[in-house]
Amino acid sequence: MLPPYADLLGIAVAEGDDPTLLTMPSATSLLGRPGYLHGGAIGGMLEMAAIVALQYALAEDGGGQIKPINVTVDYMRGGREKPTFARGVVTRLGGRVANVEATAWQDDPAKPIAAARMNYLIVRG
Amino acid sequence: MAADTPSAFDPQRFSRLGVGGHGGLLKLSYHSHGPDWVELQLPYQTDLIGDPASGVLASGPILTMMDMATSLAVWTKLGAFRPHATLDLRIDYLRPATPGKTVYGRGECYRITRSISFVRGQAHDGDPADPLAHVAGTFMFTDAA
Repeated sequence: MLPPYADLLGIAVAEGDDPTLLTMPSATSLLGRPGYLHGGAIGGMLEMAAIVALQYALAEDGGGQIKPINVTVDYMRGGREKPTFARGVVTRLGGRVANVEATAWQDDPAKPIAAARMNYLIVRG
Repeated sequence: MAADTPSAFDPQRFSRLGVGGHGGLLKLSYHSHGPDWVELQLPYQTDLIGDPASGVLASGPILTMMDMATSLAVWTKLGAFRPHATLDLRIDYLRPATPGKTVYGRGECYRITRSISFVRGQAHDGDPADPLAHVAGTFMFTDAA
């Protein structure tokens, strides 16, 4: 269900009840500077979390294709060498545009390492 | 391509040193640079696909390349390495990358203050006049200013 890029980063749906909760294991191939996750890997994971959340919301609302318009990522804390979690929340699903937010954290969901806002174009079937 | 003005910071050399991390996983490499800009290249790879139906690259690798290109542009303009962290990065996805084509990402640093650097950039897949992404962002120096 997740695309090849997610597999390359080791991103998978976390075990449990929430199919929109993603995990990414610690790996040296995800680091930017020594000891810290690359901002691009964190951003890529946030986008993946947003897409998963949007696909679920869209499936319950008639379905359709999604095209990314833009993303804004805020980096709040350095990501360390430990598992990362991310979840997307669809703020608004309209006829043509969806607004989605995603948050990434490591130890504590209340202490995010990064958050993103995304706009997607919806192409209804 | 050589820089017009030599900088004490060599982004080509620095890019080679960093191939072991996330840039290495994505096979990102140096392409060219100038006094305040650095261009990197991302070869098309099937394991970077974000949409299997169309074969279009995921946006994550492009975001990673632009984060790196703009980061290198800061040090190139500064003429030295100085530790910093990405504060925010915004990307507008102007069009999908063409499957099979190498994507080039040029990051430019247009302002450096005591603690913040301001960057912008564009990505294209062969024709700079037909960009596929536009970015704007900021970095914050993490050492004591």
